[in-house]
Amino acid sequence: MATRVDGGMGAPMARGAVVEWARDIYDDLDFTVVRQWLEEHPKSKAGGYLPVYAPREVLHATGFLPVGIHGGGDRLEIIRGDAFYQSYICHLPRSVIELAQSGRLDMLSAVLFPSTCDVIRNLSGIWKLLYPDVYVRYVDVPQIPDPGAAAEFWAGELRRLLDDLGDVTGHRPTDEELRRSIALYNETRKMIRTLYAARRERPWDVPTEELYLLLRAGESVAPEEFIARARQYLAAVAADPKRQRDNSRVVIVGAFCEQPPLGLIKSIERAGCYIVDDDFLLGNRFLTHDVPTDGDPVRALADAFIRNDMKSSVLYEIDPGGKRSLMANRVAAANADGIIFATPSFCDPALLDQPMLRNGAEKAGIPCIAFKYAENTGQFQQFREQAGTFADSIKLWGAA
Amino acid sequence: MSVALKDRSMVLQKEMIANHFERLARAPETGEPVVYTFVPGNLTELIRSFGALPVLPEINALQSGMRKLSGEYIAEAERAGHSEDVCTYVKCDIGMMRSGNIGPGGKKLPKPDLLLLSYTGCYTFMKWFELLREEYDCPTVMFHVPYQGDGKLEPEHREYMLRQLREQVIPALEKATGRKYDEEKLRHHLALSAIAEEDLVAVLQAGKKRPSPIDGYFGTVYYVGPIFSAFRGTQEGVDYYRALREEVEERAMLGLGPITPEGPLEGEKYRLVVEGPPNWTHFRDFWKMFADEKAVVVASTYTKVGGTYDFGFRHDPNDPLGTLADYCSGCYTNLNLPSRIDMICQYIKEYEADGFLINSVKSCNSFSAGQLMILREVEKRTGIPGAFIESDLVDPRYFSAANIKNRLESYFQMIDARRAGKTP
Ligand code: SF4
Ligand code: SF4
Repeated sequence: MATRVDGGMGAPMARGAVVEWARDIYDDLDFTVVRQWLEEHPKSKAGGYLPVYAPREVLHATGFLPVGIHGGGDRLEIIRGDAFYQSYICHLPRSVIELAQSGRLDMLSAVLFPSTCDVIRNLSGIWKLLYPDVYVRYVDVPQIPDPGAAAEFWAGELRRLLDDLGDVTGHRPTDEELRRSIALYNETRKMIRTLYAARRERPWDVPTEELYLLLRAGESVAPEEFIARARQYLAAVAADPKRQRDNSRVVIVGAFCEQPPLGLIKSIERAGCYIVDDDFLLGNRFLTHDVPTDGDPVRALADAFIRNDMKSSVLYEIDPGGKRSLMANRVAAANADGIIFATPSFCDPALLDQPMLRNGAEKAGIPCIAFKYAENTGQFQQFREQAGTFADSIKLWGAA
Repeated sequence: MSVALKDRSMVLQKEMIANHFERLARAPETGEPVVYTFVPGNLTELIRSFGALPVLPEINALQSGMRKLSGEYIAEAERAGHSEDVCTYVKCDIGMMRSGNIGPGGKKLPKPDLLLLSYTGCYTFMKWFELLREEYDCPTVMFHVPYQGDGKLEPEHREYMLRQLREQVIPALEKATGRKYDEEKLRHHLALSAIAEEDLVAVLQAGKKRPSPIDGYFGTVYYVGPIFSAFRGTQEGVDYYRALREEVEERAMLGLGPITPEGPLEGEKYRLVVEGPPNWTHFRDFWKMFADEKAVVVASTYTKVGGTYDFGFRHDPNDPLGTLADYCSGCYTNLNLPSRIDMICQYIKEYEADGFLINSVKSCNSFSAGQLMILREVEKRTGIPGAFIESDLVDPRYFSAANIKNRLESYFQMIDARRAGKTP
């Protein structure tokens, strides 16, 4: 167990202490940090969002603590959730319902359901029926990067969200306040990009298990706290370099919604793979560039989404060659050796995309493997073996 | 459809469909442009106004299911790397294409000149046409229909659709067909749609009669075929629905029940409302399980995926693009769960149903995710216990006749017991 050097957010903290702080938050399905934050901020409320992309700036500016709802993983026994979902539907919604029905999400005054897939879409309707006192909105993002109609539509959605969420908290933010929230989330995304770059450059120093825990904690705490802890983590990493191993560098693709259990991430790493890029918790870095903090802030957010160059299974790909080239581009950007398609069972977006992505990757000569998981998968041996064989074969091909 | 009685409408439908597939097969020679699109949110009048022929991949897939070809097509797609977990319509379509693209008419289907991705009520649509685009390398236009998350069409969502129609969809159709947008033509087709829709609604609402002269699910999937696919806005469509209406009204006047694969159903015993798509691979067996018990489906939600006309919507030639936006937005799978529940409860009341049944298909998250909630809510509001069965659309591996039959038999026994006052 790591010892805490300093609980404060400015002072140095040992790597292990930051990771333990994050792990505690990750493990805690009662969202104690959120509840504590609410006690400390009695005028504010907590607003949840499902994967993948929700405009956190809008929640934040209207006085919400944005809270990512990513299911219960392998830490939650499903008692009520299975009564809501057939066996051929992914695991995420049943664990989200389980969390809610067991009262663990009762601190949320609003929940946003992004247009990720029809499961999350329909879950918004279930929420309306089960929790009529909670503000529920299906967040329908535009599907084409059209600066005219699509940007206008998305700006309209954002304005409506601002109005509605403002009604819930009683706080209608000024433009200046929204700009401040935008700036804060620009900083958050920048920090995440820095963390990803650090892992890409020195994956032996930034194990994905640690990075992932930090990001998960970031889904439940105020952005300032996340940024401070991430800084402490990076400083601790720099002060404590590790030894590089002869591992293969892989990109994980398909895990953007229902999250893999931590054990699966660890298994991949322990099998001799450095994860150098992934799409875990993708929403937290969905906007790849800073949102301008001048001019009309709503328009700035809307235009940033339209101009964004994030490619994802949850958005329509307008470029006919886009799916074919995406994997090669990602592998090149991450200087990776291969791809692991790790997708939740029954996940439409990931699994429907996979043949296109894999085809493109294989045509580009990129080694690939694929497996499916559920967030509550408990046996990792087969993944470990598969990833180990994959890592070895990459090394063999690389040496040939 | 091979049923005991062949009414005029059935002959008409058969001819229309055969001619359509014949025209499609000859399209590469005749130069008629071909536009692929989806049933929910199909813009058939607009496509027709450009002189193009629509192809509906879902219809091809369900036909493949009925002709017992889907199993092999799905296997073909899975061999090519498509997951066993995803919608089998997509895999059936891709497998069919890879096996020579022989359509339901037994003739080769032409390649699309345009994939019109009307993104209405189903996420899979987006991937389906991305996948087809990989195979056909043809232009694709996305038409994003906002989901009615709050149970209504917001004015700004309508405006968004209008702009997309003007700025994206129409220019794409102009380019693909080489023809200019002609609003008068569009109005002409829309006027024809409205006539047919009026007659269709009369047919659907005949289910309120006792006995019902129609089966509002199994029989009605045939009835909605033309209007959900290529024939909305055409004279053939108008003629078909006029003939159908006359036949149904005649049956109603004579107090006759619906026609089933085993012949006319007499002695209606149970009146049901059904939610969810049917299974196509064992469609007749499935229907027979109901007919044998003298159970008639008086209304269903699946028959509203291509439009909720019975709630008053008609295409309006006076507002040609606005009416297309309204139409798309109102298709069943674009409605939120509370609206779907309201609709089912209303059907149960107005059609005086004794029971309701959900057929949950493995393929379809758009329908299936949330159906257990629908079940609870409808039971709670109507006081009528529902039945829940599971199958698939076109994957024969997921139709367990014995299980479904057992489930249905015990459900009907339960209705009997309730009638006899034996259970609360
Ligand atoms: S895991 Fe996939 S199918 Fe399930 S809710 Fe997430 S995106 Fe949808
Ligand atoms: S998922 Fe459902 S609505 Fe979508 S294409 Fe498949 S069957 Fe149709």
